Amino acid sequence: MKRFAALIDRLVYTRSRNSKLALIVDYLRHTPDPDRGWAIAALTESLDFPAVKAGTVRALLATRIDEQLFRLSRHFVGDTAETAALLWPDAAGPKADLGVTEAVEALSAATRSDAPAILAALLDRLDADGRYALLKLALGGMRVGVSARLAKQAFAQAFAVPVDDVEELWHAIPPPYAPLFAWGEGRAPRPDLADVAFFRPFMLAHPLEEESIDLADYAAEWKWDGIRVQIVRGGSETRIYSRGGEEISGAFPELVAAFDQDAVIDGELLVRGDVQGGEAASFNALQQRLGRKTVSKKMLADYPAFVRVYDLLAVDGNDLRALPWTDRRRQLEAFVPRLADSHFDLSQVIDATDFDDLAERRAGARDAAIEGVMLKRRDAPYVAGRRAGLWYKWKRDPLVADCVMMYAQRGNGRRASFYSDYTFGCWSDAGELLPVGKAYSGFTDEELKWLDTFVRDNTLNRFGPVREVEKTLVLEVAFDSIHASKRHKSGLAMRFPRISRIRRDKPAEEADRIATLRAMVT
Amino acid sequence: MAQAKTWIEPHSGGIYVKPADLWIDPSRPVERAAVTHGHADHARSGHGAVFATPETLAIMALRYGVDTEASHNQAFVYGDGFERGGVRFSFHPAGHVLGSAQILMEYAGERIVVTGDYKRRPDPTCAPFEVVPCDIFVTEATFGLPVFRHPPTSGEIAKLIGAVRAEPDRSVLVGAYALGKAQRVIAELRGAGWDAPIFIHGALDRMCALYAMHGVDLGELRLVSEADKGEMAGQIVLAPPSALNDRWSRRLPDPVTAMASGWMRVRQRARQRMVELPLVISDHADWDELTTTIAEVNPAESWITHGSEDGLLRWCELTQRKARALHLVGRDLEEEA
Repeated sequence: MKRFAALIDRLVYTRSRNSKLALIVDYLRHTPDPDRGWAIAALTESLDFPAVKAGTVRALLATRIDEQLFRLSRHFVGDTAETAALLWPDAAGPKADLGVTEAVEALSAATRSDAPAILAALLDRLDADGRYALLKLALGGMRVGVSARLAKQAFAQAFAVPVDDVEELWHAIPPPYAPLFAWGEGRAPRPDLADVAFFRPFMLAHPLEEESIDLADYAAEWKWDGIRVQIVRGGSETRIYSRGGEEISGAFPELVAAFDQDAVIDGELLVRGDVQGGEAASFNALQQRLGRKTVSKKMLADYPAFVRVYDLLAVDGNDLRALPWTDRRRQLEAFVPRLADSHFDLSQVIDATDFDDLAERRAGARDAAIEGVMLKRRDAPYVAGRRAGLWYKWKRDPLVADCVMMYAQRGNGRRASFYSDYTFGCWSDAGELLPVGKAYSGFTDEELKWLDTFVRDNTLNRFGPVREVEKTLVLEVAFDSIHASKRHKSGLAMRFPRISRIRRDKPAEEADRIATLRAMVT
Repeated sequence: MAQAKTWIEPHSGGIYVKPADLWIDPSRPVERAAVTHGHADHARSGHGAVFATPETLAIMALRYGVDTEASHNQAFVYGDGFERGGVRFSFHPAGHVLGSAQILMEYAGERIVVTGDYKRRPDPTCAPFEVVPCDIFVTEATFGLPVFRHPPTSGEIAKLIGAVRAEPDRSVLVGAYALGKAQRVIAELRGAGWDAPIFIHGALDRMCALYAMHGVDLGELRLVSEADKGEMAGQIVLAPPSALNDRWSRRLPDPVTAMASGWMRVRQRARQRMVELPLVISDHADWDELTTTIAEVNPAESWITHGSEDGLLRWCELTQRKARALHLVGRDLEEEA
């Protein structure tokens, strides 16, 4: 754990991407299997120990330290793992170093009931830096600025292999990636993926910034407000991956069962609804199905999921990714009828005559499941990541409302010392301010400093980490949509709210009314 | 015994001692001020009369133009003091920075100690903290959370020297507060055997000279502004924290950014400051020092101020000690911690 702890520590304090890369390259070259595989999996958030969660750590700490002191410390530090690492008392006597692999094995074997004891025994063998590394490995949330992409590049650089190969193999081989290292070091051939339902990295879009775009070069489709999925059938297995390459098959068993063709598709997972004549319900409905390991019959019946397919990456053993969009689209249109129409349909191309026509249709789209428009270059192959000029997303203009700041809370991580999470409200008919949402983005660093000072200077009450402030500051809040919700007293919930402007010029009485927001509900 | 609450009043702008018509560490100009130490959140300009240790007065003269010769400003060495309005004031070492003092007040059979800022671990630049028994102990709480346990200073100094030696083509730029921290880091380096010249930012120059005048040996110091870029390679450079990510640092050879502060114990805090080499060196008591001190002083009541009052307050509650938090304003000068 010493080497791994030192790596994490140096990554935390290293700013430049190249220096980070050099640190990981060095670690991968000089650390034996399987330690290095587990370490890189931890850095890229690819480990999961179901029996060890932040709650486990909090409960364990409660046996060693007063809960209130833990809570105060946690609010200050802004990170559960670091707080626990600092608070855990150093065990007396010499410590046998704990290997990364030994730690992973112990944590994997843990059950909910013996996890606290196992974790305690591991913590007792480490110093504060080692405890930090162990808890980060166990809980995830490294915050060392190492993306999966960077890790793959480090691997490619460490062993002088093409990064595109690494990218593809990475998702097909589980940690600790022994066959990958064997291939990288020339001890084994490139692993064969023919019978594996592996994830292909998604092609991503840039926001559209051009004034206009020629539809002769780009095809337009609706951008659906669901979640991006890739469904892969390989060997005799079907898997569903989310945008980050995380497998979510367990949450959508009906889709796994219905996808019976040898193919790889890219599409939007939506929940069927009867909203405004469209086929899809709002994102709000889809949220009911997300993040579940298993689903009940009632869930399946109440929130039936389907996929609106917009790309075909492979079919009948042929990889189509190198083909231009036009050719893939033609094959896609021929392919979709092979799937059950109860669970799959084709995302239609918008037959706009020109860009102005498209802009008009985009502005007029009121379907709750439409988030905007996608523009895809007709001659572009399907490539991993975000490449300039190939795909654009052109979101619908956000809705905005003027709200009043009511409460503020300290942020996490780098923002632990700033009041950066704001709860804001609008006026009820009775003239009462009711919370309508919470936002923690949209402002610049300079604005954050200003907001933080405003909170400190205008505190009315302190409730632990939360401060109630004078109801004087108007925040213009942008949001993608707004829905009815029983969770809030105002009966409303915003989707993706962010602070768009600080309206120091506007008196709080002139902020928007709840009734105005209710009229925007989709 | 008198009731302290009748003769001493904590206000947001300082502590007012009623019978003496005098303020301790007031944040606004007042007629009479007793000052614990020279940091800006305790010492201000514009008071009618200042009562402090000779070193603190000298620091206030240097920083805020306080006239040390004027007869209304009075200096008292440790153990010494004065009487006013029936209150006996005396100054006792706090171990925070040069000249830092706890102020003991005795009135009608009651003893109150205001610590100002303090620490318990050895510091070659100032007199060590003395435990002064009292009924009410007004303690700071900058690091009043159990996550703050400063490691031994020698280990941090070794880390610094190791970093310089590891990259002889680069300099290591240490951000250290201009009063106290900078001189302590230099003195600790000298104690660890680092006898090369240490390069300093112009803003540290006069305070280092003041320390030297008071008998603190800092060895050979050279101004960055008068040095060639090349000769600072493989050397240690000190600057106030504000200069770390400033254009000023461009005159150094590819500097490694370090910072000496108790806040460096928390990784994300160090990241916020864009620090590459965090050094946990503090002039404030850490959690163990704070709690040990309260236990040793063992007052009837503790008043807790500037910092994480909530944490220390909770500890007092858990150990069945009477305590309250004072919310003084303008006491969050994080730079010098």
